[in-house]
Amino acid sequence: MSKPWTRTVIRHGILIMGTLIMVLPLWIALMSSTHTPETLFKEGLQFFPGGHGWETYKAIIGGNDDLSTPAWRMLLNSLVLGLGFAIGKIIISTIAAYALVYFRFPLATPLFWMIFATLLLPLEVRIIPSYEVVAQLELLNSYAGLIVPLIASATGTFFFRQFYRSVPGELMEAARMDGAGPVRFFIDILLPLSSTILAAIFIIMFVVGWNQYLWPLLMTTDTDYYTVVIGIRQMFQTINEGGDLPQFNIAFGLTILATIPPVLVVVIFQRMFIKGLVETEK
Amino acid sequence: MEDAFGLSSEFVGLRNFTDVLEDPEYVSTVLFTLFFSVMVTLFSLSLALLLAVQVNEVLTGAGVYKTFLMWAYAIAPPAAGLVGSLLFSPLMGDLYNGINALGFDFNHTRDGSDAIFVVVLISVWKQLSINFIFFLSGLQGIPASVQEAARIDCPGSIKRFWTVTFPLLAPTTFFLLVINTTYAFFETFGVIDLTTRGGPAGSTTTLVYKIYQDGFLGADLGGSAAQSVILMLFVICLTIIQFRYVDKKVHY
Repeated sequence: MSKPWTRTVIRHGILIMGTLIMVLPLWIALMSSTHTPETLFKEGLQFFPGGHGWETYKAIIGGNDDLSTPAWRMLLNSLVLGLGFAIGKIIISTIAAYALVYFRFPLATPLFWMIFATLLLPLEVRIIPSYEVVAQLELLNSYAGLIVPLIASATGTFFFRQFYRSVPGELMEAARMDGAGPVRFFIDILLPLSSTILAAIFIIMFVVGWNQYLWPLLMTTDTDYYTVVIGIRQMFQTINEGGDLPQFNIAFGLTILATIPPVLVVVIFQRMFIKGLVETEK
Repeated sequence: MEDAFGLSSEFVGLRNFTDVLEDPEYVSTVLFTLFFSVMVTLFSLSLALLLAVQVNEVLTGAGVYKTFLMWAYAIAPPAAGLVGSLLFSPLMGDLYNGINALGFDFNHTRDGSDAIFVVVLISVWKQLSINFIFFLSGLQGIPASVQEAARIDCPGSIKRFWTVTFPLLAPTTFFLLVINTTYAFFETFGVIDLTTRGGPAGSTTTLVYKIYQDGFLGADLGGSAAQSVILMLFVICLTIIQFRYVDKKVHY
């Protein structure tokens, strides 16, 4: 048995180390983005502010030679993708789950298993057919083509199905006695009941949508539809191709811009986010 | 059985599959993917568990630690990949020179094992957060009465952890094993694409990355689709394992 206080010191030591490891890369990226490319090229990574942050971020958001698209446009695309993905997924999964739990209709079981099968097909597995379908529909380089194929999976449906099953049946009977139809019951009773869950899933889906990479990479050949994450890749290629002076500050700054929105969402709604994450996954 | 998705102009039966399976490159890709997912899962799980246990025990500052340890969940894999590869990059030089000053001949753009090291490191870093969140939830779900009893019966904290706490976390751990394996298979695409592009000489090519390379860069749609089917079978196996396990978990 060691003394309690030494144990506490060791615990905090481990935690501080862990925290540093998690935060330092972001810190270095943030600090390095406030230096000129010349400084970065000569002296390497920076740990302290360099005073050129304003210029860097103005150049990134407004657009510069090394960026195919100004960052405001890419951020907007990412926002559309994140929100579209989250909203679409929630609409589809709540309605599907409602049908599965509250209605008896022919083929319900096979339909359920069909939905279930989509769980086994992450987008990476069905990437070629998905791409082909979207290309044939001439939806390449469009928001619809970007969002719709990503929504097609059952992760949310399962979760809402479980949640609706936990809602007591008496509620529905009471609603019927009061003369509420199925739509009315869904909108006025079921959705408000699931508000915390809805919010939690929304947060998670937004982050997942914002960070999508492989699909937008294949879909968007038109730079106007680049998301921030794709912008990072394009920037990185520019750096690796050499040329004159690599714009490290732009690369770091763009990474910071791509990271801030989802991180803020997760940190601000920490409680909801954790609840949603732990509940949905199980 | 397999729908050709209107892609193959000529029906070749199972030839695509035999081609893929006989390709030595594909075999090495499978081996790398397995090795990679074992490494990523092992390290990110054990580190996350260590940190979660510590946070669960400290009284001051737990909230701050929690926030800082979980923020990385929200970072996009390519963003992590870019920062990571620049940290190690010979262009920036800091870590690169530091490691080489220690006598290693380190260059992740040229040397296969160095590239694997960097890719694993970034993937582990990125995955720590989500494992941490789940372990912490698992720890906080252990009833106080059980902890009290354990404390009385078993005064040594390390021994207590391994005999009482860890078995209680078994469901969480198993679930995370599956999640992390899936992560290593699919989600690391962005990390790999931005650090090594599957190179040098294919040493960091995962199965998904190879599907992308063959199908979209190499225009071999048949072979790529065959690989997709093989990958799908693998995912199905994983899911079956997971579900059999979840059934067992009900008895808890």
